[in-house]
Amino acid sequence: MSRKLLLEHINVPGINTLDVYRQKGGYRAVEKALKTLTPEEIVEEVKKSGLRGRGGAGFPTGMKWSFLAKPEGVARYLVCNADESEPGTFKDRYLMTHIPHALIEGMIVSSFALGAKVSYIYVRGEMMPQIRILEKAIAEAKAAGWLGKNILGTGYDLELYVQPGGGAYICGEETALLESLEGKRGNPRIKPPFPAIAGLYGCPTVVNNVESIAAVVPIINDGGEEYAKIGIGRSTGTKLISASGNLVKPGVYEIELGLPVEEFIYSDEYCGGIANGKRLKATVAGGSSVPILPANLTLKYANGEPRLMSYESLSEGGFATGTMMGSGGFIAFDEDQCIVRNTWNFARFYHHESCGQCSPCREGTGWMEKVLHKIEHGHGSMDDVDLLWDIQRKIEGNTICPLGDAAAWPVASAIRHFRDEFEWHIKEPIKSQQ
Amino acid sequence: MLKVEEQTPVQFSSELLAKFDDVKSRYPEGKHKSALLPLLHLVQAEYLWVSTPAMDKVAEYLNIQPIEVYEVATFYSMYFLKPQGKYALEVCRTGPCCLVGAEKILSHLETKLGVKEGEVTADGLFSFRGVECLAACGFGPVLQISPEYTFYENLTEESVDKLIEDLRTKS
Ligand SMILES: NC(=O)C1=CN([C@@H]2O[C@H](COP(=O)(O)OP(=O)(O)OC[C@H]3O[C@@H](n4cnc5c(N)ncnc54)[C@H](O)[C@@H]3O)[C@@H](O)[C@H]2O)C=CC1
Ligand SMILES: Cc1cc2nc3c(=O)[nH]c(=O)nc-3n(C[C@H](O)[C@H](O)[C@H](O)COP(=O)(O)O)c2cc1C
Ligand code: SF4
Ligand code: FES
Repeated sequence: MSRKLLLEHINVPGINTLDVYRQKGGYRAVEKALKTLTPEEIVEEVKKSGLRGRGGAGFPTGMKWSFLAKPEGVARYLVCNADESEPGTFKDRYLMTHIPHALIEGMIVSSFALGAKVSYIYVRGEMMPQIRILEKAIAEAKAAGWLGKNILGTGYDLELYVQPGGGAYICGEETALLESLEGKRGNPRIKPPFPAIAGLYGCPTVVNNVESIAAVVPIINDGGEEYAKIGIGRSTGTKLISASGNLVKPGVYEIELGLPVEEFIYSDEYCGGIANGKRLKATVAGGSSVPILPANLTLKYANGEPRLMSYESLSEGGFATGTMMGSGGFIAFDEDQCIVRNTWNFARFYHHESCGQCSPCREGTGWMEKVLHKIEHGHGSMDDVDLLWDIQRKIEGNTICPLGDAAAWPVASAIRHFRDEFEWHIKEPIKSQQ
Repeated sequence: MLKVEEQTPVQFSSELLAKFDDVKSRYPEGKHKSALLPLLHLVQAEYLWVSTPAMDKVAEYLNIQPIEVYEVATFYSMYFLKPQGKYALEVCRTGPCCLVGAEKILSHLETKLGVKEGEVTADGLFSFRGVECLAACGFGPVLQISPEYTFYENLTEESVDKLIEDLRTKS
């Protein structure tokens, strides 16, 4: 069994309550941090841990914290990104549903480290049940003195609020999230400046994913060095993987980074293989935004070496033969699934979710959806495949935020690895409909 | 959107206004516009949709221009700008859920309820629509029902039938 730092107690009855969470060692990190460590020492531990942002970009959390500007007399904020909307990703919802106090404990320690007196958890609006769970847990923590004025008699004050979104994938992008939290449309801002310099209400702000913040708890309890011993190379620690699609046991798994992909898919400890005795055709290893890979390249590099679940290994081979870790949304397709249909479905998603600020993204996602719809429904021509290739290339890199890239990559990789399937839809419009 | 003249004026209850005040207190001095999204959710939970008169009242309460409310209400997908069924069913239609049968659930709902996506049943009880990924992809197909956003996982045609019957009996 591999080590579990976040989900160790997930099956303990009542672990969603403060009492049971405390019995299992909860809030020790708050005690240790507030009573024995300085904010700088906490940032140092997080740096030593090598923790990388679990929201998808993998930016080192400790480094981001050390970039936070600290002008005299200006408030600083910590905002937790619980917008989780990337197709294939459902780990944050799972964690908040079952162990809400793990996030709240992480928020208290992290807010203290950053000098924030007010912090927000921005939860996508559809997660109303999770919002109710978090609000209840915050009330419990506050009543027990873990939040509010003069926490543990240390003189540190913290208020923690839950903010609902309104239904928009783009609000997971951190600057769109901040706009939304300010009561506006979720239009991403141009970076730099990064939120660490000018974020919420123009003040220095750290935005971190739910899982990143929850991981701060074991890092403080055991020390950054202990955390860094888990994993492989620059991919330290454990990672929550959301596994979906045609698997025997889809669900959320905590893995030690560096686990072979093959073991993750086929062993009984994890996904238990492909459902209904079918064969694996392809995977999207890191959420809908990352390139799709055929089964052989999922399991092994082009040179035949086994691929591992780590930031570096998943991207080995670049876009030609590799993919990305992303947010850890692992989607498995069995041999009966249609890549063209899924590519069209994802294109519709990105078109629907484009905020509309940049023409290449607003118009390009619409075109890709239309052309893919045409091919999928048997009205495509051979030129359409080249047209698609051309459109995606013109979006990539030409937009304010990476949603444009995220829309382009699935299309590009599907054509790269499954061009014959697109051509078959065009040549055999009737058969491909069956 | 319904024409403004078809919409009835609203008067927020004191209970609702107390909830508004509580939300407003979460933000620093002068930053009360941050309350806008949560307030629109409260309005929708009360009236089951967000009408223009209600948006105007929210603008008045926050001391901002009505247009600032309209642009937010139209940007986000959760705010209903016209009345829905008492139970608005939202089924995830995104890739991972489609791998495990979400499209069948959507077409089954259309047959079962006898209305198209976006329409309301004659008895006013139900409406449905497809929505994007609800962050439960490993438990698909899934649906949620507003205004409570109760959540149902691993749907089958049978479990959807039962759910609808249960809701019919309940009302
Ligand atoms: N979890 C989910 O549902 C989704 C996740 N994603 C992921 O999001 C990723 C892209 O996210 P971005 O925030 O655009 O990436 P990014 O690389 O711009 O930033 C990552 C983080 O590091 C910070 N950062 C980077 N450079 C910095 C600097 N010089 N100073 C201070 N802070 C700095 C940013 O503020 C941000 O918090 C994609 O790789 C994708 O995997 C995308 C869609 C949905
Ligand atoms: C279109 C888009 C959507 C995103 N959605 C999310 C999200 O739902 N959750 C998340 O944590 N990060 C999301 N991100 C990444 C955030 O911008 C940011 O990198 C992250 O919240 C930083 O936290 P971390 O360093 O802890 O990962 C998204 C980025 C883009 C471009
Ligand atoms: S890339 Fe798309 S989502 Fe991002 S800012 Fe531009 S239009 Fe909006
Ligand atoms: S794809 Fe349906 S919940 Fe994610």
